[in-house]
Amino acid sequence: MAKTYVSATINGESAEFLCETQQTLLDVLRDVIGLTGSKEGCGSGDCGACSVIVDDRLVCSCLMLGVEAEGKSITTIEGIANGDTLHPIQQKFLEYAALQCGFCTPGLIVATKALLDENPNPTETEARYWLAGNLCRCTGYDKVIRAVMDVAADMRGEKVA
Amino acid sequence: MQAFTLTQPSNIQSAVAAASEPQTKYIAGGTDLLQLAKDDIETPRQLVDLEPLPMSGIHAGPNGLRLEALARMSDVAAHPAVVHGWPVLSQALLASASPQIRNMATVGGNLLQRTRCGYFRDTGFACNKRVPGSGCPAINGENRMHAILGVSDHCIATNPGDMAVAMMVLDAELELIGRNGTRKVAIGDFHRLPADTPHIETILRPGELITGIAIPASAAARRSGYLKVRDRASFEFAVVSAAVALDMDGGTIRSARVAAGGVGTKPWRLPEVEAALTGKPARAATLQEAAGRAGEGAKTTAMNAFKLVLLRRAVLRALQTVAA
Amino acid sequence: MAMIGQPLDRIDGRAKVTGAAKYAAEFRVPNAVHAVLVQSTIAAGSITGFDLKEASDMPGVLAIITPNNAGKLTHPENVPQAVAGPLLQNKDILFNGQHVALVVAETLEQAQSAASAVRLTYTRGEAATSMDAMLGQAYPPKHFRNGARPPDTSRGNADESFATGAVKMDATYVTPIEHHNPMEPHATIAAWDGDRVTVWTATQGISGVQSTLAGQFGIDKANVRAICPYVGAGFGSKGNTWPPATLAALAARTVRRPVKLVLSRSQMYTSNGYRPRTVQKLKIAAAADGALLSMRHDGFSSMSRPSLGEFAEPVALATEMLYACPNVAVTHRLVALNAALPTYMRAPGEASGVYALESAMDEMAVALKMDPIAFRLKNYAETDPHENKPFASKALRACYEQGARAFGWEKRSAEPRSMRDGNILIGWGFATSTYPTNRMPSAVKIRMEKDARVVLQCGTQDIGTGTYTVMTQVAADTLGIPMHHIRFELGDSNMPPGPVSGGSMTVASVSPSVQAACRALLDKIKDRAVAQPGWGGQSRDGLQLRDGQVVGIGQQISLATLLEHGPIEAEAKTQPGDEKKEFSMHAFGAQFAEVRVDPDLGEIRVSRYVGAFDGGNILNAKTARSQLIGGITYGIGMALHEETLVDQETGRIVNTNVAEYLMPVNADVPDIQTIIVPNDDKNSNPLGVKGIGELPMVGVAAAIANAVYHATGVRVRKVPIRIEDVL
Repeated sequence: MAKTYVSATINGESAEFLCETQQTLLDVLRDVIGLTGSKEGCGSGDCGACSVIVDDRLVCSCLMLGVEAEGKSITTIEGIANGDTLHPIQQKFLEYAALQCGFCTPGLIVATKALLDENPNPTETEARYWLAGNLCRCTGYDKVIRAVMDVAADMRGEKVA
Repeated sequence: MQAFTLTQPSNIQSAVAAASEPQTKYIAGGTDLLQLAKDDIETPRQLVDLEPLPMSGIHAGPNGLRLEALARMSDVAAHPAVVHGWPVLSQALLASASPQIRNMATVGGNLLQRTRCGYFRDTGFACNKRVPGSGCPAINGENRMHAILGVSDHCIATNPGDMAVAMMVLDAELELIGRNGTRKVAIGDFHRLPADTPHIETILRPGELITGIAIPASAAARRSGYLKVRDRASFEFAVVSAAVALDMDGGTIRSARVAAGGVGTKPWRLPEVEAALTGKPARAATLQEAAGRAGEGAKTTAMNAFKLVLLRRAVLRALQTVAA
Repeated sequence: MAMIGQPLDRIDGRAKVTGAAKYAAEFRVPNAVHAVLVQSTIAAGSITGFDLKEASDMPGVLAIITPNNAGKLTHPENVPQAVAGPLLQNKDILFNGQHVALVVAETLEQAQSAASAVRLTYTRGEAATSMDAMLGQAYPPKHFRNGARPPDTSRGNADESFATGAVKMDATYVTPIEHHNPMEPHATIAAWDGDRVTVWTATQGISGVQSTLAGQFGIDKANVRAICPYVGAGFGSKGNTWPPATLAALAARTVRRPVKLVLSRSQMYTSNGYRPRTVQKLKIAAAADGALLSMRHDGFSSMSRPSLGEFAEPVALATEMLYACPNVAVTHRLVALNAALPTYMRAPGEASGVYALESAMDEMAVALKMDPIAFRLKNYAETDPHENKPFASKALRACYEQGARAFGWEKRSAEPRSMRDGNILIGWGFATSTYPTNRMPSAVKIRMEKDARVVLQCGTQDIGTGTYTVMTQVAADTLGIPMHHIRFELGDSNMPPGPVSGGSMTVASVSPSVQAACRALLDKIKDRAVAQPGWGGQSRDGLQLRDGQVVGIGQQISLATLLEHGPIEAEAKTQPGDEKKEFSMHAFGAQFAEVRVDPDLGEIRVSRYVGAFDGGNILNAKTARSQLIGGITYGIGMALHEETLVDQETGRIVNTNVAEYLMPVNADVPDIQTIIVPNDDKNSNPLGVKGIGELPMVGVAAAIANAVYHATGVRVRKVPIRIEDVL
């Protein structure tokens, strides 16, 4: 079957790729472009490991067709850090040990980025419900929430005791 | 997933024209359709992509709310006019799925979300909804989450929606377009009971498309709420849910709208509860008595019999919350 | 400053937060093609035919492998990680969802399309799918604990003494099938070069993969290389070498191209084991003062057809050793079903068994009108009452005390339904935790490069637990050099072998070899120093390594100078000694849960949690706390969410996803307080560690079930506890 030409912006850089119609954006990112940071944990939108930001919206890339990325701006885990400098969210996840096997981590960090972009001052409850779509099987969420609340305060310029 | 072509029409008319081809489905948010396609439950040869169409507006005015079909669940849920004028709708949307899914899924698509019945969603099982006449293993199977209202000998699959349940108490009207023009249909008439044709789930004709949802403003809409009961605190389909909208005159209920989710083969209106509330004072005993009527005609299994009890309690709690 | 004990950041953290860490499916192997499994839709019978016409003609299809053309694989009897099937070796169908064919195609999409087009015909056999219906045909396991002990044991006379008890309980507890659901589905890429095969595979045990594939394909172990630098967790599902890894290698051999096989989430439900369903009968009797007189624990666990192997859930081992009771009898039985082979899942044995035991102990405390902790203390085992040996160490009393204090246990009112917050019922529950301390042999290679940086290698795995980090800490302390000068490498079977990452034994097993290798390296450095001209008078043992200098009496030489002669290498192997003969080795803990139950709607939420643990010496408090919190969360899932539903008519699993197989998400998990009770168990191993991978999940389900009873007055004797159980 003929492949479709798609032009998009990925992590701030223009990207062009060919993909089959039924390839998901996740498959395109991982297999065509080689950005394997986004993970496939379920393929059905139930785990959040494939979370990416498309035009300022947090989505599951496993439930979006690659061809629908045409003209869109996509941020993946690979685009969160500033070169070699970790994003504060990444730094806090590391410091809080809010990760273990690391498979859910890219999705959780991208989801946290989307949360704080939209709501820089979430309550703990808001953070827990915002991150409701991201399953983690190792670390048990508590450290994730601590990291999120702390980095939110940091990014607002507040000092945390 | 079977290979398919993707057509990206430039307007609604060409979308409808493209959809007249055989084995064609519309795709909007894609959150349910792609899951179903991956599992070979849906095997379209052509998808008509609605995404590029400018149909995602949310229009709120003094007389009502009009949602264009491609409005995202998250945008509707967060819209200030919806939060204030139709709280049951905002609450139901926020109780649905996850932020990621709500950001992708559209209100039009959500009305067409298919059942979560595990027998339906696995081609390794028989299922009358998927393969008419093949049988319904859920009736004697793992049916804790299955419906108790509107069931038939052919299907007991639960309609999974939250939003549609809220719309049942808001007198929502769907705007449809097809080859033969446009028509309107009340939300309560949109979904069909399974009867002996569980594979036909709505009154949509082949190729027909939902373009918008009109919801009137009302005192009841402003005084409304949604309660969702589930095993997990978030990101789970309803075990039971209740939507309530009350038009109150002081302490008296002028009129009531009550519906339930997680219990019906379609979003389920509870007229028996509404009748017991109309014109009555909103006292504890009234609410209790009315809620106790919920689920008239329920047909339960050993595993889901609790849903009838839970339904009544959920309705009562929702009534208490909204009436307070 | 000593690095051991410091709460250091994970060394692999940066790779993981940036998405750079490479998991099995992510290796770019040139020319690789894709394989997709086809699975049966009946539970018993045999395949009578394949219709492959449509599938074979589809674009990109390279091969369709079925029992007709798979070729013979040998089952290596002496490799415990080798799973016997289903490996397309015959046409028997033993469970629903069994692998029956493998489609290989150029692209994943082509392979998936063709897999959907494979048609089978069967003759149907009679399937046993209901464990309850088959309980009467339960049988003793043949290889219980790999033959290390019998399935039934007793001391005293449990049945006679039961009759003499003043207070008794007799109840049956049921735990469901649970699936590990690691976030990374299993994946293998296999590539052959002549008779050598390399597999990039998601596993908890590369050594097992190596031995299994060598045996199955009849090649030398040295010709199998298994690579796994990162794995998206396993929880036991990646401990054995399950058929998908073998089938990927088989496919690669067939099409003479590298093959990638990634399981779908749905296929994970019948491809790599699960925690079996258990039915556990508990009978306990005590004197009026609370002294235990009799305990009987009869455990039944569900199994596959025996030809697939054997796994018996060892539910009653903790019952033997946890309390000082003179009369104890335990039995273990299997119930064969048409189901896939079960396996270890986080805290095998104890997760299910201690749930039942500690629920029963709570029932006894209620019947005795005793505080649940006081009842445990009344029967505290100072020595192992079953093996008649001292514990290597046991700080359980301190776990009880510190956990109770942190939780505020003394403010608990004993009566069920007596604590409320408005309309909401509050329940406080408690349970004991324990898990055996294990250790296996391991080997480590070490090399100091000319720039004085050190590389250590061990063919172990980091399944998320922190192996990279903790082993680097151990090496830094032993060598006396900074951590950033040390690189610990793992996940490659070309390295010296390490044990499977399971049984909470990685630190106990690998760190002694790290230490020994570091010491051997230091000796070699010193040997090189004393061989220097003018160093003849120095004794090796008198030398010290300090700030990059080897320092002797009145003399010193820089490492840089010594290393001009070339890098220095050493290797060490360590193994357990006789400590198991001398001591009973266990970790312990105390679990405290608060639940909130809506009395009308039946919703149960865990609102507060405290766990206090004696895990021996803790090498890194930061990674350790992640383990503890994660284990407790796993236990919350067991208590309230997780259950694999099997259709009894067809034996087919109904909820093969993570939407309807519920697991805890953020909003289900409260603030969790973990207390590390200081201990240092040098009787068990040189580092004094006990292992904390399983311990924190043991007893959680009981603590929550006991809290639900306290909140509602309803004793639920099965998990998960659902809304309808407390309505």
